[in-house]
Amino acid sequence: MPDLGLDVLFKGKNMIRLLGGLWVAVKISLISVAISIPLGILLGIIMTSKNPIIKAVTRVYLEFIRIMPQLVLLFIVFFGTTSALGVNISGELASVIVFTAWGTAEMGDLVRGALISIPKHQYESAAALTLTPSQTYLYVIIPQTVRRLIPLSINLITRMIKTTSLILMIGVVEVLKVAQQIIEANRMSSPNAAFGVYLTVLLMYFIICWPISMLAKRLEKKWG
Amino acid sequence: MNWDFIWEYLPLYKDAALLTVKIGWLGIAIAIVIGFLCAIALYFKVPVLRRIVSVYIEISRNTPLLIQLFFIYYALPKIGIPTNPEACGVAGLAFLGGSYMAEAFRSGLEAIEPIQMESALSLGLEKSQALRHVIMPQAVSISVPAFVANVIFLLKETSVFSAVSLMDLMFTAKDLIGLYYKTTESLLMLVVFYLIILLPVSILGSVLERRLRHAGFGS
Amino acid sequence: MAEELLKIEHLTKRFDDNTVLDDISFTVHKGEVIVVVGPSGCGKSTMLRCINALEPIQGGKITINGDEIVYGSKNLSSLRQRIGMVFQSYDLFPHLNVLDNILLAPTKAQKRKKDEVTKEAMELLKRVGLEDKAKSYPRQLSGGQKQRVAIVRALCMHPEMMLFDEVTAALDPEMVREVLDVMLGLAKRGMTMIIVTHEMQFAKAIADRVLFLENGKIIEDADPDTFFENPKTERAKQFLNIFSFERSKENEEI
Repeated sequence: MPDLGLDVLFKGKNMIRLLGGLWVAVKISLISVAISIPLGILLGIIMTSKNPIIKAVTRVYLEFIRIMPQLVLLFIVFFGTTSALGVNISGELASVIVFTAWGTAEMGDLVRGALISIPKHQYESAAALTLTPSQTYLYVIIPQTVRRLIPLSINLITRMIKTTSLILMIGVVEVLKVAQQIIEANRMSSPNAAFGVYLTVLLMYFIICWPISMLAKRLEKKWG
Repeated sequence: MNWDFIWEYLPLYKDAALLTVKIGWLGIAIAIVIGFLCAIALYFKVPVLRRIVSVYIEISRNTPLLIQLFFIYYALPKIGIPTNPEACGVAGLAFLGGSYMAEAFRSGLEAIEPIQMESALSLGLEKSQALRHVIMPQAVSISVPAFVANVIFLLKETSVFSAVSLMDLMFTAKDLIGLYYKTTESLLMLVVFYLIILLPVSILGSVLERRLRHAGFGS
Repeated sequence: MAEELLKIEHLTKRFDDNTVLDDISFTVHKGEVIVVVGPSGCGKSTMLRCINALEPIQGGKITINGDEIVYGSKNLSSLRQRIGMVFQSYDLFPHLNVLDNILLAPTKAQKRKKDEVTKEAMELLKRVGLEDKAKSYPRQLSGGQKQRVAIVRALCMHPEMMLFDEVTAALDPEMVREVLDVMLGLAKRGMTMIIVTHEMQFAKAIADRVLFLENGKIIEDADPDTFFENPKTERAKQFLNIFSFERSKENEEI
């Protein structure tokens, strides 16, 4: 059995430190998702507007955010704000800003898609049953939209968690950074630590994301 | 805005962009092959293989590319699998992309009515002929939108290559920001080059999608 | 009596514990037109699918001209080429135009020359009144036109017999006739056929023999006049009664 460098994980507080690093990434994703969902719903509703200016502006925002790699957006906010505004913002704040902007765009597109996919005859048959427009929304349209949206929003959470691994690249101390520190500190005593530690990080992400994906898939099947 | 600076360092970005494109497309090409084979294994419910494929897809889709790259680049050499930045970039992208492509092809295959296979067989075609002439052409065109979305997604993901010391666009931008503090210029070039790489694919994608929808297979 | 073409002996088909076909035996002679009727779920369609080895069978033997048709066997495709089959719906290949739909199997499976098959295909299309649709795609055709193309596609393989699985069931009423006329034409030319249908008038007109299936068993095997005028079994009577009742109800609605 070759040395897989797994012993390092059980040394001192290494495991706790890794989990702490993971929490930093997860926390940033959760905050970003929590802000993105209401903003995204708002954006989605705004995007169904017929006003050409609103349409154009939201469209450009959406396309730019979605075509740019998230890491580029992180660089723009993290490095760009310093040079443009002269303020130094922390990596964490830059991350929350970028992931919220991205999450809002994604969520907005999902909401818009869900809203326009409700067939016209749903509105018409509600009107034929003499429901008022607000009753129509409350009892007919929103429940259907929500069913379509919940699995997709849950998927957005896993995408967000996976994407937050990028914050390493703007110097936030998260799980990968902690992993590097642990490997570095044990270079002499455990030369193969990189294997065990990175495998652990990979599994940690999997253990978080997989159940969430499964839940999304199940709900999608149930409500699809 | 310092245009001389931009002019001076443009070639550096060009080389970095070419590297990104080269590794990106190579990785995507391999991902397409992997995805295709996985989708076939799932579609035909090949025993054992389909289990392995399912496990691969779940692992690949539920972990970030950055961690996959770290694992390939730093961890695999420890168990005797040598690597270098380029190979690592290609392998990481192929590992991640394979599962996304597999899902795209699989949903294309599953969208086809079973009767298509049956009527091809009842005409006396061999299963392989039916697959090639009847099932595949339909499955591929159904999966085009998902396929294009995956290509864009994977090209975007190449932005993390600098983590395994590939001198890509991100690496170049970070380098220039660190060295000369020309942040605005460096970031502008970064954005422009990513647009040059990604916009054509995005536009091609929407054109293809519109065409296919127009042709619609509605039977 | 003409020579025996298709022979089915003790055919048994089960889905899990559910027996769909229970010890079915009958023989089809060359040039004979057999119509299979019976209530939904009686196993009619499954029987056709078994003859074309689209389903594995749990017992019995199916032979065409003495060659046994075995699910999953190596020479299956050449046996299937000898039996044409037309399904209820959706079986044209949507990515190919009408002519390419017809040409695919003759050129790929039988390796025949494209020119020769094209000529034949155009003649057949003309016979069913669709020669101007050769370059159309399936989505541009009506349901009735699609089914006529499906029949031509099967005929172009020069099958020794044809199977029709409720080919008019998914069609709008005004299109049923054009498809049935093509089948009547085939019968006149001496094609051996097994037809599963709910069109009782048509069955009466085309059948040499009627098989009545219920719960996976052949309850009656008779010539059409006997079956429709004097069915032997109570069940067949009930079936025909229910049928005519449903029809009169439909008429009332209109």
